[in-house]
Order: sequence, then C-alpha cells, then structure tokens
Amino acid sequence: MNRDPSDQGMGEIVRTVARWLRGFILAYGIYVVLHGHITPGGGFEGGIVIACVFILLTLAGGQDLGLSFFSRRAALSFISVGGLLFLALAWMGMWWAGGAFLQNFIGTSEEARFSLFSAGTIPILNIGLGLKVASSLFLVFTVLAAFRIDAASEKPEEEGSGS
Amino acid sequence: MIYSLCLLLILVGLYGVAVSRNTLKIVIGLLIMEHGVHLLLILIGYRTAGSPPIMDPGTTATDFSGSAVDPLPQALVLTSIVIGLGVLALMAALCVRLYERYGTFDIRAMTRLRG
Amino acid sequence: MIEVIAILALFMLVGAIVAVETSHLLFAVISVGAVGFLAAIAFLLLGAPDVAIVQIGVEVITLVILIRATIGRDATSAVGQRKLVGTVTAVTFVAAIGLFGLQGLSDFPAFGMSVMDRIADAPSNTYLQDGLADTGAPNIVTAVLLDFRAYDTLGEATVLFCAVLGTLAILRRKARVAPSPNEHKEDSE
Repeated sequence: MNRDPSDQGMGEIVRTVARWLRGFILAYGIYVVLHGHITPGGGFEGGIVIACVFILLTLAGGQDLGLSFFSRRAALSFISVGGLLFLALAWMGMWWAGGAFLQNFIGTSEEARFSLFSAGTIPILNIGLGLKVASSLFLVFTVLAAFRIDAASEKPEEEGSGS
Repeated sequence: MIYSLCLLLILVGLYGVAVSRNTLKIVIGLLIMEHGVHLLLILIGYRTAGSPPIMDPGTTATDFSGSAVDPLPQALVLTSIVIGLGVLALMAALCVRLYERYGTFDIRAMTRLRG
Repeated sequence: MIEVIAILALFMLVGAIVAVETSHLLFAVISVGAVGFLAAIAFLLLGAPDVAIVQIGVEVITLVILIRATIGRDATSAVGQRKLVGTVTAVTFVAAIGLFGLQGLSDFPAFGMSVMDRIADAPSNTYLQDGLADTGAPNIVTAVLLDFRAYDTLGEATVLFCAVLGTLAILRRKARVAPSPNEHKEDSE
C-alpha cells in the first residue's frame, strides 16, 4: 500500500522521547481514572489522557509506532468490553441485588471514605467508561488523521461509476 | 451582562455556519457555538466565592453545601463536551469524504443529488 | 471575579470572529483552539476542575484532527466575492435570533446567585448535602455522573459508540481492483 512519506512521523529524538514518556503518561491516566471519586477526574478525563498517549505515539513515530502498541482490532474489542462492563453492573444492580437499574449495590462504609476502595460501583464504572472513551478516541484518530487520499488517482474511477 | 457575551459567542458561531462556503469553516462555526453554550451553562451554576464541589476530609456536609458551586451543570457539560468530540469526528469524516468525491471543500460545487 | 471572566469572554469573542472571518484555513483552526483553551481557563476559575481537564484534552484532540484533515489538501478557503444579499440576510437572521435571546436572558438571575440559594429543595442541595453519605464519593460531580444520574452517562456512552461506528462506516475503503463493466452498470442506477 502506498504510504505517504510524511506519514513516517518525526525524527529520531522525538520518537525516542515519546517512547520513554508513554509509560509515565499511561500511569498518570490510569491514576486519574481510578481515583475519580476522590480527586477531580474519573472515566472521561482519564480516558482522554490515555487516548492522548496513543495519539502522541502515532504523531511521533507514524502509524507503525502507534498501531504496534494498540492495534485497531484491540481497540474495537476494548470499546465493547468497556460498554459491556457498564451494562453488566447496571443489570446486576437490578437482578442480583433486587434494586433499581444502575443501583449502587456494593455498599459503602463510614470508615472507608476518602480511600481508594470505597464508593461502591463508582470505581468499576469509571474503569469501564475510561476504557470505552480511550479506545473510541484512539480509533477515531487512527482512522481519520492517518487517512490519506490521492485525489488525482481517484478521479477516473469516480467519473466512470457516476455517469 | 456576561451572559450576553456568551450569547454573542453563540451568534458568531451561527453566523459562521450560515455564511461559510467551506465545509471545514462550517464545522468551525459549530465548534464555536458549542463553546459558547458550555460557557453559558457553567456560568449559570456559579456561586459567588464558591469552591469546587469536591469534599475534603475536614469539612462537614452542611458547611460544604453552603459554599460549593452547583455540580449538576458541570456533570451535564462534561457529557456534552465528550459528545461534541464524537460529533466533530463524524463531521470531519464527512468533510474528507466530500473532498474525495468533489475534489474541493467548496459547497457551491456540491450540486449532485445522488452519490 | 466577574471582570476576569468578562475579559476571558472578550478574548474568546475576538478569537471566534477571527476564526469565522479569515480566509486562511489554518488560522481559523488555530483560533478555534485558542477559544477552547480560554474556555478551559474560564472553567478552572469558575470552580469546575473536572470540566477544565476534559476541555483541554478534547481541545487538543480537536486541533489534531482538524489540522490533519486539512494538511495535504487544497487547504485555502473558497475565494471569490461573497454576495451582499447573502451576507445581509444572514446578519439580519442572526440579529433577530440575538434579540430573542436577549429577551430570554433578561429573566436570568444575577451572576453568582445559584439555584441552591433561591430554591430550597433544588436537586443540587440534595446532591451536595447527601452526596458523601449516600454514595461514599467525595467528588460530588463523579457521584452525580455515576450514581445519581448514571443513566445519562449510559446514554453518553451510547452516543459516543454510535459516532465512532458512523465514522468508521463513512471512512471504510474497499479495495478497488479492476472495475468490471457489469459493476459500472449497477453502480450508476
């Protein structure tokens, strides 16, 4: 497949630094997702930060570097996993605990406040939401921004089929 | 008075959508309208000398509910911003496809009704 | 406080006018990015740190998508005289909507007087007072998003999913090897 030469990404320094930084930014994104109920953050914010890691890799090293870390098929399955996690917790609130749809059925105790394992279903929902948002944004970016067309070679085919 | 500045932002975006002949400029006009609306919603929920709606271990519930800003518009605007990004992706995909079909971004050239 | 927000809003207005009026597409995209960053600063000053984080991240991704969509293509805007009739009609239309909007805005409460002070049994009062006790989450915005109003979050996840599916469906490319004459006849019907 004809690859545009400007799709190879940037120079060697940028690529190496991006490869070093990806672990730190990923750790920060996971921290924001998990501590969403204590500090500002949550599923949306952390998901966007995690998506930015992959976008940084794609911009610095071309599509090869970005997709080697997280392929499109994996992104599609993570979108579904995140959504199904959300829905599974919602249904469990109704069937298993006998309450309403999306009820917070894992109880919370008084002394566990302000710690990581508190607030019932909220951290788990945050994880599902973060997975979904991160994978969606990464998939959209890979398909849109790495999409290269060659208008000159497309025209003869288009005219033939449209007339 | 500051609400009318937000209204003016929304109107500038609407003018951009109505007048532009470039599909990407139409997308930019929609983005400006979204920014205006989000700013308006968060301005409505502000309380004078209020604190962010996140509790510290030291405060009591009654103190906190007397001094925090409104959390409901913030939750709704958060949802709206992420949805706006998804819609932007869809619009950009449409612009790219239109460019591929017609060879230009100009909407005056897009006169075919089918395909 | 209101002066700082007013100055930020004024800068956003200038950026928006530049973005709409300029004929160079890259300038317009950068101006929209500037408007978004100023909005993030305004959100931070108005006591909304969650919204500010999301706004900055989304603005960066927006800029990247828009710039990558314009690079390598015939990127300058449509040139030529804009017809006067079209511009005057658009300005009249927008001014009429503005007048109606101002009429509606005159019923708004003063800046800084939030709904919790005016109405005693507003939902926000319940969220702020019983949020920590009912859900166990100190971050009330997360508690509202994922416990009190989790159904809206489920709807938002659905909308994001549909937008991604739509983008993938629009940009899907089938390999065109060698179009046969039969295929042309079917396509043009």
